[in-house]
Amino acid sequence: MRLTGSELLLRVYLGVFFVYLFAPLVIMSAATFNTSRFPTVAPWMGATLQWFQALWADEQMWRALANSVVAGLAVIVVSVPIGVAAAMLLDGLSKRAKSFLYAVMVSPLLTPGVIIGISTLIFWERLGVKGGLHLAVIGQSSFIIAYVMLMVLARLQRFDRSLEEAALDLGATHLQAFRRVLLPHLMPAIFSSAVLAFFQSFENYNTTLFTRGTDVTLTIFLASKVRTGLTPAVNALGLVLIAFTIVGAIAYEVLRRREAARAAAARRAAEQAESLGEPALQGA
Amino acid sequence: MAELFRRYGTTLTLAMAAATFVWVVMMVVLPYFVMVEYSFHRNLTVSELGGPKDVYTLENYASLFRGTDLSAFEFSDDFRVFMRTIWGSAAVTLVCLLVCYPVAYYLAKIAPPERAAFLLVLLVIPFWINEILRTFAWFILLAYNGPLNVLLKAVGIIDAPVRWLSGSGGVIIGMTYAFLLFMMFPLYNAIETLDRNQVEAARDLGASTWKVHWRVVIPHAKPGVAVGCIMVFVLAASSYIVPYLLGSPGTRWFTQTIYEWFFEASDWPRGSAYAFILLGLCVAFIMVMMKLFKVGLTDIAK
Amino acid sequence: MGESVELDRLTMRFGAFTAVDSVSLTIEAGEFFSFLGPSGCGKTTILRCISGFTEPSEGRVLIGGRDMRGIGPNKRPTALIFQNLALFPLMSVAENIAFGLEVRGASREERRRRAEQLLDLIALPDSADKRIAELSGGQKQRVAIARALAVEPQVMLLDEPLSALDLKLRQHMRAELRAIQKRTGVTFIYITHDQGEAFTMSDRVAVMSKGRIEQIGVPADIYDRPQSEFVATFVGENNRFEGPLVDKSDGLGVVETSAGRYAGKLANDRLNVGETVALYVRPERLALGAGADNALAARVTHADFEGAFANVFLKGGDGRPIILHLANDGRLPDLAEGSELTVGFAAHQAIIVPRGERARD
Repeated sequence: MRLTGSELLLRVYLGVFFVYLFAPLVIMSAATFNTSRFPTVAPWMGATLQWFQALWADEQMWRALANSVVAGLAVIVVSVPIGVAAAMLLDGLSKRAKSFLYAVMVSPLLTPGVIIGISTLIFWERLGVKGGLHLAVIGQSSFIIAYVMLMVLARLQRFDRSLEEAALDLGATHLQAFRRVLLPHLMPAIFSSAVLAFFQSFENYNTTLFTRGTDVTLTIFLASKVRTGLTPAVNALGLVLIAFTIVGAIAYEVLRRREAARAAAARRAAEQAESLGEPALQGA
Repeated sequence: MAELFRRYGTTLTLAMAAATFVWVVMMVVLPYFVMVEYSFHRNLTVSELGGPKDVYTLENYASLFRGTDLSAFEFSDDFRVFMRTIWGSAAVTLVCLLVCYPVAYYLAKIAPPERAAFLLVLLVIPFWINEILRTFAWFILLAYNGPLNVLLKAVGIIDAPVRWLSGSGGVIIGMTYAFLLFMMFPLYNAIETLDRNQVEAARDLGASTWKVHWRVVIPHAKPGVAVGCIMVFVLAASSYIVPYLLGSPGTRWFTQTIYEWFFEASDWPRGSAYAFILLGLCVAFIMVMMKLFKVGLTDIAK
Repeated sequence: MGESVELDRLTMRFGAFTAVDSVSLTIEAGEFFSFLGPSGCGKTTILRCISGFTEPSEGRVLIGGRDMRGIGPNKRPTALIFQNLALFPLMSVAENIAFGLEVRGASREERRRRAEQLLDLIALPDSADKRIAELSGGQKQRVAIARALAVEPQVMLLDEPLSALDLKLRQHMRAELRAIQKRTGVTFIYITHDQGEAFTMSDRVAVMSKGRIEQIGVPADIYDRPQSEFVATFVGENNRFEGPLVDKSDGLGVVETSAGRYAGKLANDRLNVGETVALYVRPERLALGAGADNALAARVTHADFEGAFANVFLKGGDGRPIILHLANDGRLPDLAEGSELTVGFAAHQAIIVPRGERARD
């Protein structure tokens, strides 16, 4: 194949682009294994795993990690029920009320994170609540709920309302119909939005910065370590986080494909049942 | 509302309404409102509250411009930071657009489908990695004795190491990297919907490569350009971590100024006023882009 | 055993649109009753009022003599079979069937026992643990019926449940539904736009149009003695003649049509001489040769020979199209295009109805 000048130029550019995309991450990871006091790859001063040990021994890191996990779980607990409720409410409203409420609900997604943090801080200060992990949870939730709401709403729009009516018709109370019919339908969206909520909370910086009081989350710890007391232990932490991210993404993908395969199998079984024909009703 | 009660029953409907109220009112609307209200107060001590100085004022907003004399080309510190944030964010937006356009075009229109799918996955991986880590990677790369300087010196492009992190350059490089994908995907999605025949027809009529892009592809991709620019600009203007890690005292960002008013000067009203100004900047940018490119809110929500 | 259902001036409005307009009727306990009508005639709205999903704008629904106002769908002795069946996709077949028992607090064993009993009844004995997605269309149908029967309703409401099935299966399921209804004695209220379905299963049929009841009666009555142009044209095929009523006596009348004078039964006594009326005669009631009372000459435009019978399309002397169904008794005349035929019908084979709106076809 003959390449014209501009095609060649484009290919070179693409190559450079993908190097640009990955080189920083590779270099940061590589620096973890360098014995040097300062994280770098040049000069290379010999391979070591000592920075993983240093990270392991860092109590502050463990406390920050614990805070991040607690905050992430708390955000799930706050965001998921409210997000589900808001989606259900929105779904049942008339068109006019719906579009207005929808605009208010998604506005936190377009608002800079620092401003969400600041408004949360001031509002709760007025009510006598000081900054801290709990306030970070509230601040983060105020926009994470919007993500949950959007994901649940998308799933809700694929819900067959007659299922709900069938449950009521068979004698279920509204609560029973919700618990046995609507909730199981929403479960996949609830599950993925819970994962997303945790992830969003875990990596949040801007909102947390203003609402955290004196509590330290992992992102806050990471940022302060880079500015003060930087050692390759920070790279080690980064590498661990990257590894978890990639493993998590792969696991998510595998689960998704397995579910798709299961649905396909059920479809095949139905086609088979169809081709076998109908048995006669006994005693009819 | 009656429809809701019939569908979900009294208990569930009330529970839903209560939960939604907590979120929309207590976590979104009231906090905004209180922040704006706060920004019109003076920063008073407890004993001064309710006293003669406890009145609404525009002082906090005015203070951004105090000491600024346009004719003498003198600016207040805060105003200088504000202006830097605007042009810096605009620069990041422009660089992202230029860097992404060829890649997005290649992925959408030139690459064979399997390769495009593979490259898109490659693109998404760095996107999943925390913004701090992505920024930190550049912190290492751009260090005075870091790999980039070592490499450039070895190749012979420079004689002495460059101080990348002392000017605004480092911040702009870091932000470009951090927010690149928010430009890439809207652009890709927009170009993807372009009919390949249009490009070929234009070429057939003798249009040069530049002309094809300028007259056919870019006009078609306008909504994508608008959405990408809005995302990148807002993210850049409200970024704290990138200037914090890659900037120096001389290259502060407006978010840092806000943070200092809050936690170093303990002047929350002024911090609130500045935060509101930042919000106004973002909203203004969004409105201008929407008007300029004639796109609606629904396009952005996608 | 079933309960009676009474609609008392039932009215349903959606904004300016009246979906159901003051409908009053009584459905006897244990009856198989159908509402027959085109889509949008209000039949589904009536069903939703009876099941309790919709509160009527005016009027009442009484089940077993009890006023149902303010009683939710989960408290009514009704079970609805939805048009799309509404089986719970995430539950097994047995869980679907036993759902009504589960929400009433029945024990696990009780639920299982009852589900298996009902699965036997619907001839799906080994399907208890299957997923709904694994069932064929007909099997889903049966599961939906079993699920409704499990709660032992007094009134079963069916909203065109057979419309998704193919023709053969549909005919088979009609017989099954009728058999189940007979055996259980439950009142069945069936909604359909298909007259074949309504006629084969029902004790009585109500034909509806635009939110009103056009006619209530046993299927043969509806077919043979339509009371309005709508019923005459909506149910089955019909040949129409129009003109002033020139004579009436003993329940018979004579109409002066553009093709000639024809005699027929009067739909009711309130028709007056001089009034413009419509006379209908079914294609299978037309016979070859001049009949006892009425005769008309026509020319064949087209004929479909089906084997057991033939559908013959004719053009009358005044140019009107006429359809004729001829049983193949081995002596079919020449049906080539352009052949001249004389057909006739007895007065009691035709019906004279007041002029009114016809069904669109």
